[in-house]
Amino acid sequence: MKKKLLHLTVNDEYHELYISPKKLLVEILRDELGLTGTKRGCNTGACGACTVLLDGAAVKSCSILAMQADGAKVTTVEGLADGAELTPLQQSFLDHGAFQCGFCTSGMLMSATAFLQEDRATKDIKEGIQGNICRCTGYNSILRAIKAVAEGKYKEEGR
Amino acid sequence: MKKYTVINTPVHNIDGIAKITGRAKYTFDITLPRMLHGKILRSSYPHAEILNIDTSKAERLKGVKAVLTGKDTLGLKQGIWRRFKELCDEEILARDKVRYIGEPVATVAAIDEDTAEEALDLIEVEYKPLPGVFEPLEAIKEGAPQLHEQAERNINVTRHIEWGDVDDGFQKADYVREDWFRCSSQAHVCMETHCAVADYTPEGKLTVYTSTQSHYYIKVLLAEILGLRENDVRVISRYTGGGFGSKFELDSAQFCSSLLSMKLCQPVKIVLSREEEFTATKRRTPMFYYVRSGVKKDGTFLAKEARVFTEGGAYTAMGATALYLTGFFQSFPYVWPSYRYDGYRVYTNTAPTSAMRGFGAPQATFCAETQIDLIADELGIDPIEIRRKNAMYPGYEVPGQATIQSCGLDQCLDKIDGWIKSRGELPRHRGIGIAAYGFMSGGIFNWFDTPYAFSSAVIQINIDGKVDLFVGSQDMGQGSNTTMAMICAEELGVKFEDIRLHMGDTENCPVDLGAWGSRETLMQGNAVKMAASKAKQQILEFATAKLSPNIVYDLDIKDGWIHLIARPERGLSYYDVVKEAIRGKEGQPIIARGHYTPHRKGMISPAYSFGVQAVEADVDPETGKITLKNCVTAHDCGQVINPLGVKGQLEGAMAMAAGYGFTEDLPMDEGKILNPNLVDYMLLRATEMPETEVMEVETYEPEGPFGAKEAGEGLTNPTAGALSNAVFHATGISIKNLPITPEKVFNALKEKKKK
Repeated sequence: MKKKLLHLTVNDEYHELYISPKKLLVEILRDELGLTGTKRGCNTGACGACTVLLDGAAVKSCSILAMQADGAKVTTVEGLADGAELTPLQQSFLDHGAFQCGFCTSGMLMSATAFLQEDRATKDIKEGIQGNICRCTGYNSILRAIKAVAEGKYKEEGR
Repeated sequence: MKKYTVINTPVHNIDGIAKITGRAKYTFDITLPRMLHGKILRSSYPHAEILNIDTSKAERLKGVKAVLTGKDTLGLKQGIWRRFKELCDEEILARDKVRYIGEPVATVAAIDEDTAEEALDLIEVEYKPLPGVFEPLEAIKEGAPQLHEQAERNINVTRHIEWGDVDDGFQKADYVREDWFRCSSQAHVCMETHCAVADYTPEGKLTVYTSTQSHYYIKVLLAEILGLRENDVRVISRYTGGGFGSKFELDSAQFCSSLLSMKLCQPVKIVLSREEEFTATKRRTPMFYYVRSGVKKDGTFLAKEARVFTEGGAYTAMGATALYLTGFFQSFPYVWPSYRYDGYRVYTNTAPTSAMRGFGAPQATFCAETQIDLIADELGIDPIEIRRKNAMYPGYEVPGQATIQSCGLDQCLDKIDGWIKSRGELPRHRGIGIAAYGFMSGGIFNWFDTPYAFSSAVIQINIDGKVDLFVGSQDMGQGSNTTMAMICAEELGVKFEDIRLHMGDTENCPVDLGAWGSRETLMQGNAVKMAASKAKQQILEFATAKLSPNIVYDLDIKDGWIHLIARPERGLSYYDVVKEAIRGKEGQPIIARGHYTPHRKGMISPAYSFGVQAVEADVDPETGKITLKNCVTAHDCGQVINPLGVKGQLEGAMAMAAGYGFTEDLPMDEGKILNPNLVDYMLLRATEMPETEVMEVETYEPEGPFGAKEAGEGLTNPTAGALSNAVFHATGISIKNLPITPEKVFNALKEKKKK
C-alpha cells in the first residue's frame, strides 16, 4: 500500500511522517515516535489504556487510523508534566495512590484530563472514566484523585 | 520519639512518578535493535493427536525468519511442581497431542507482527480429533476420554485433610446441613498481557525481558526446558502490568520467544493478544463443592465435611496448590473441632486452571459463608453471633496444620456489627450480607524445590548515606517496592528518600520466590529487615566508638540521627558516621545481607490475616439485577506498613472479588471459551463500584516485620459469599452457583413465587 504523508502535532511538537494508511494512531505514537507511555490493552476499544487527547477530546488511539488525525493536535501522557512539574491531576494521582501496576494509568489520566477540561459540568466523575478498565485499584482511589482536583484542592499553578 | 518514622506514614509510591509520567518501561514497551516479532499457532481442537505439521509454506513467506514446532524442542515436560516429576506435565509446544483449545503447536518469528500472523495461516497441521471431556464430574467416570496416560479416570491430584472425630461430631450435632455449590472460573485480565522479549547471544547467554511475578522461577524453568545452565539465563522484569496469579509459571510467550531467539541469535518479542490471554493462559479453578456441617442448637460448630472436584483443565499448573489451600481455607476462619476434606483435581479438555488471587480460598469462602448464613437462619441466630461464637482466636491451633498467632477477628466482627447497626432499617429489596475470612502470609511449601532461602536481600550503604537495597521480590502493582523501601528505611533509621531500590533482574538481585500467595510483605520484608538490622549494627559499632557512652546504654538510629535510646538528644548524624565508617572499613561500603525461610511454622503459612466484610446490595425483583451499594471491610493485617498501599489493595481485591461474585464468568462450549474479549467478559467498571470503607484492626504479628502480615490477597475471599448473603437477606433466595447473575436471581425468584 502506498505510503501517505501524515501531519501531526504531538505534545506541541510538529511531525511529518510517511506512513502506511492502515496504521492506527496508537502504532504511530508508540512505534514511530517512541511514545510508549500510551499502552494497548485490548485493540478493540474496550479497555481505554490507549486513550489520548485529540484536539482536546479523549479518544482511544487503537480505534482510529493515524490518517484520521491528520493535521490534529495530540496530547499523550508524556505531554502532561512540564519538565519536573506535574499537573495537578498527576500530583493528585500520586497523593491518592490512584494507580497500582500503572498499565492503565496513562489512559486513565488522559480520560480524566479531558473530563476535567471539558465534561465536568455535564458528567459524573464515574462516567468520565467509564471507558477505562483498571484491574488493580477498584477505581475508588482514582475517583478520589479526580474529585480532589475537580473540587479545587490542587491549584493549577503555572498551567 | 515517635515509635515509627516511616512505617504507617503516607509515602508516595516509589515507582509513582515513572508510572504517572508514562516513563515506566514495561516489557510491552521494549524494543531492541534487530528485534523480530513472534506469534504462536494454537490448537483449535480440544483434544486431538498431531499427525503432521507442515511448515514449508510459512517458511517461504517473505519476511519469515523461523518456524518452530515441538520437534525443535528438547521434548521436555515442565511444571512448577518440580519436586513431583509426574506433575510436570506440560510441554508448552505440543509434540504428539493437544489437550485444549489454545494449546501452542508452532511458533513463528518474522520481521513484523503482520508477517508473523500471515505465516501462521500457512502452517498446515494435520490433526486426528479425539473425543473430549469438559466437566470434572464427567471426566472421572469410567470410560471417559483420558487426557494423560498416567492419570486413570483423569484424576490429576488428590488431597486429604482431617482432624478430630468427624463422625462423632455429626452424631452429636443438633442440626446438620448439606449443600452443593458450583464455583465458576475467572480470568485474571492483567492490563499488560503476557509478553516477553528474548535475546540470545552467541556467547550462549539468554536474556529475557518479561512481565512476571517471579523472575527467579522463570529463570530456572527456562534454563531447564531449554537445556541451559541456570545462570546463563537472565530474566529482567522491572515493571509488570498486573499479575494476580497468572504470571509466575512459564508461559508460551517466554518459551517460544526464547526458542526462536536461540535459533536465530536475534531478539524476538512475543505479546499475547487479549484473545489469547483469555483462551490460552491459565485461569481461576472452577470447583464443584459438597459441604456438610453439623452444629449445636446454639450455633456451636461441631463437625464439617467437604468434598471438592475441581476442573483442572489440561495440565497441572499451580492447581495442586489451589486444591490444598481450598481445603484448608474451607475451615477458615473458625474453630471446627473436627473436619474432613477430600479434594480431587480432574483433568479436562479445557484451558488449564491454576492460581488466581485467593488461590482456592475465594471458592471455599463463598461456599462456607453462604452455608453459615443458611444455618444461622434455620436456627434463628444472628449472622454476626454465629461467627463470633466460632471465630478463631490468638493462639488457636488448627490441628496438624497451623498455629494462629495474631488474630483480630473478634474486633473485626465488632466493627462490622457496629456498621450494620448504623445502617438502621433497610429499604425493601435491599440486604446486607457478611462474610468472614482469613488468608496466609506466604506459603511454607517448597514444591519448586529451591535450595535457596525463600527470600533474600542485600544492602549496600554508600559514602553519601544513600542505601542500595537489592531485593528479589517482584512488584506487579501491589506495591512491594514501596513496602520494602519503607521497611529498610525504618529499620536502618534513615529517610524513605535515602533508599535506592534494585529489583526485577536475576543478574544482580538475590533470590526471592516471587509475588504470589501474599508472601512479599512478610517473607521479603523479614529478609530486608534482617539486612538493614545487620547494616545498622555495623554503623552503630563506629558510632559507639565515637560517642563512648556508658556500656549500659543502647544506641539506635531514627530519621538519620544516631543516638542513645535513653538520651535521644545525645547523638551523631548518620550521614557523618557513614562517611567515617567507610574509611574505617578500608574504603569498603557497608554491606549486609538478610534472608528468610519459614521453619516449624506448620504446613501452610507463618501468619494469617483476618477480616469481615459487609456488602449492602439492592436486588431488583423484576429483573434480578443486583446493584452494589456499600462494601465495608474490617481488616486485620497486623501492623500496617503502607496505609495508602493497603487501602488500594483492599479496594482492588474487592472489585475483582465482586466481579467473581456476580458478573465475571468464562462460559464454554466443548472447551471453547465463548467470551474471550473485554466487551463480552464483564468486568466491573467505575460506574458499578459501590462506596467502599476500610476499617483497620491493628494487631501485632510476631512472625512479621514490625508485626505486619498479609494484606493484598485475602480480601478476594469474602466478597462473593457476602454478596450471596446480601441477596439471601434481601430476597430469601440463596444462589449456590457462581456468578450470581440477574438470570439466576430472576429464575429463583420466579420459582419461589410458584411455591
